[in-house]
Amino acid sequence: MKIVVCIKQVPDTAEVRINPETNTLVRDGVASIINPYDMHALEAGLQMREAAGAGTVTALTMGPPQAENALREAVSMGIDEGVLLTDRAFAGSDTWATAYTLAKAIEHIGADIIICGKQAIDGDTAQVGPEIAEFLQIPHVAYVRKIDSLKDGSIIVQRLMDDGYDIVESSLPVLLTVVRELNVPRMPSLKGKMAAKKAVIRQMKASDLKADVNSLGLQGSPTQVRNIFAPEAKKDRKMLEGSSEEKVDQLLKELAGLKCL
Amino acid sequence: MFIRVNTDKCTGCETCLQSCPYDAIIMKDGKAEITELCQLCRACLNVCPEGAISEVREEGAPGKEKGQGKGVWVFAEQRDGRIADVSFELLGAGRRLADILGAELSAVLFGSSEDGADELIKWGADKIYHCPDEILGVFNDEPYAQLLSDLIQEHKPEIVLAGATPVGRSFIPRVAARLNTGLTADCTSLDIDRETGHLLQVRPAFGGNIMATILCPLTRPQMATVRPRVMKRGVYDPDRKGEVIRISDRKISSRTSVKDTVKEASDLALNLQEANIIVAGGRGAGGEKGFALLYELAEALGASVAASRAAVDEGWIAYRHQVGQTGKTVGPKLYIACGISGAVQHLVGMQSSDIIVAINKNPEAPIFNVATYGIVGDLFEILPIFIRKVREAKGL
Repeated sequence: MKIVVCIKQVPDTAEVRINPETNTLVRDGVASIINPYDMHALEAGLQMREAAGAGTVTALTMGPPQAENALREAVSMGIDEGVLLTDRAFAGSDTWATAYTLAKAIEHIGADIIICGKQAIDGDTAQVGPEIAEFLQIPHVAYVRKIDSLKDGSIIVQRLMDDGYDIVESSLPVLLTVVRELNVPRMPSLKGKMAAKKAVIRQMKASDLKADVNSLGLQGSPTQVRNIFAPEAKKDRKMLEGSSEEKVDQLLKELAGLKCL
Repeated sequence: MFIRVNTDKCTGCETCLQSCPYDAIIMKDGKAEITELCQLCRACLNVCPEGAISEVREEGAPGKEKGQGKGVWVFAEQRDGRIADVSFELLGAGRRLADILGAELSAVLFGSSEDGADELIKWGADKIYHCPDEILGVFNDEPYAQLLSDLIQEHKPEIVLAGATPVGRSFIPRVAARLNTGLTADCTSLDIDRETGHLLQVRPAFGGNIMATILCPLTRPQMATVRPRVMKRGVYDPDRKGEVIRISDRKISSRTSVKDTVKEASDLALNLQEANIIVAGGRGAGGEKGFALLYELAEALGASVAASRAAVDEGWIAYRHQVGQTGKTVGPKLYIACGISGAVQHLVGMQSSDIIVAINKNPEAPIFNVATYGIVGDLFEILPIFIRKVREAKGL
């Protein structure tokens, strides 16, 4: 069984702030990590390989050259191979172009099961996984919280919904996007860390894919960022002054007037 | 396209370095240089005080072809025959967009009863495309994606809106991929550019600490998802009339099947989203001790307790309490934010609350930007007084 796990390197924190005076991003000292949901995707792939007693897990990422570090970390957890899609031609990809590019790479690598985190914490779109499935013309199940069974070319999983969960059966190949409840990602072993140092990360460029160059990167992206801005302050804001006692008194008076309490 | 620094204009002030979310700008010989890390996000374009940074478009690049469309569509989601609230909220937003464009507002309804279609009309739709096929009563991605894509290709709407629910977030991306068009997730506001007629889609970006306006300038339809409780419902008109178009005899196939549906309504989850008052804590709560105070206040007020991602990540409170971009979206009458700095990631989950009270030590905290009432102070000092006074007032 061939398993491909799509991962993304993201800033380590949601605390990337905006400086209100200069209207620019403040990101001093922010390290890069594997997107936390993708850690659960990697763990799921490893557990499937272990349960089957055979097969390979390939981690695939698209990004700048330093995204290789994310793949080395995945190797330290025990995956078999890391593939890095890196090329200037991929820069500026939105979710459509990202999914298109990843799908082309997966066609090249081959996969029975593709696993993605439900979303990346920097973009939070949750779109790339289902879009990859569409480009590959295979079924997908999103928000997988448990894998009930995997055998004979079919898989049964639990899909998290707002009011509970659905038990969904799918044929293979299939793409799954996974949530945190699915598992606890393992820590890298010492042996894994050694392997990560020595691992050869396979690099793929646009020319290695059977892809339409007009569908890659910024040019292939249907959406564009027009501008970015800091959220505006409310105009009717009231700052309460005085001692702590006085502030609370004022607040209770205001709230009582609004019939909030 | 690429980004260029005009080295004649660049004074080496380094302002642009901070603007780049990808660390793609470096200083070389006292001048800014764009390295290959550049993702063409254009965040740096307007920050240079000298105007030295510009984008250069390559001549004759083929790119996407301009598509055409007419009308605004809303995907009306139903589960167990009940139409999701977000569908009515989307009709409110869609009606406004359609009126600006002078276009029709249509809703697409799969699997539900005829009553559902009437309700959608009363909430502002002009036309309903209703496919009552039984297989669509239960959500499966492939039939939903296939049928919605087919209808879009036949009728060519200009804009398609859907709820950012587990259903919408799962199958709508397949529709966008199939139609080779753009999709913007979790929009917090939608408007029409009066000059170009393009849909202006605002959403949080870069980890949710800044807002971005997204365009889908060439391909059609322009597609967007919106989370529940972000948009306001329109006006309900019981006498409103519209047209229901029955869709039938479609070939529908699916490689996934739902074998069972298990309801697991978490009381608390319902509580948070239906609560009138929410008391929420962030990193400033400092730990379980701080949250104990929040629970005391919540009990006195008859409120539910929520948290920011920072507090959940610290392990002080369970994930199901999390409000924000990666948690729940809430809209209570009163939201009391204690020790929450107010990252956009959190704000998008609660800023539709009627009244927001912010208590924070840091007067510069962005939470004060959305607050109705702000108290600068230590929550460990403010909250005990707050609790005491509420109890006194209620005679507890």
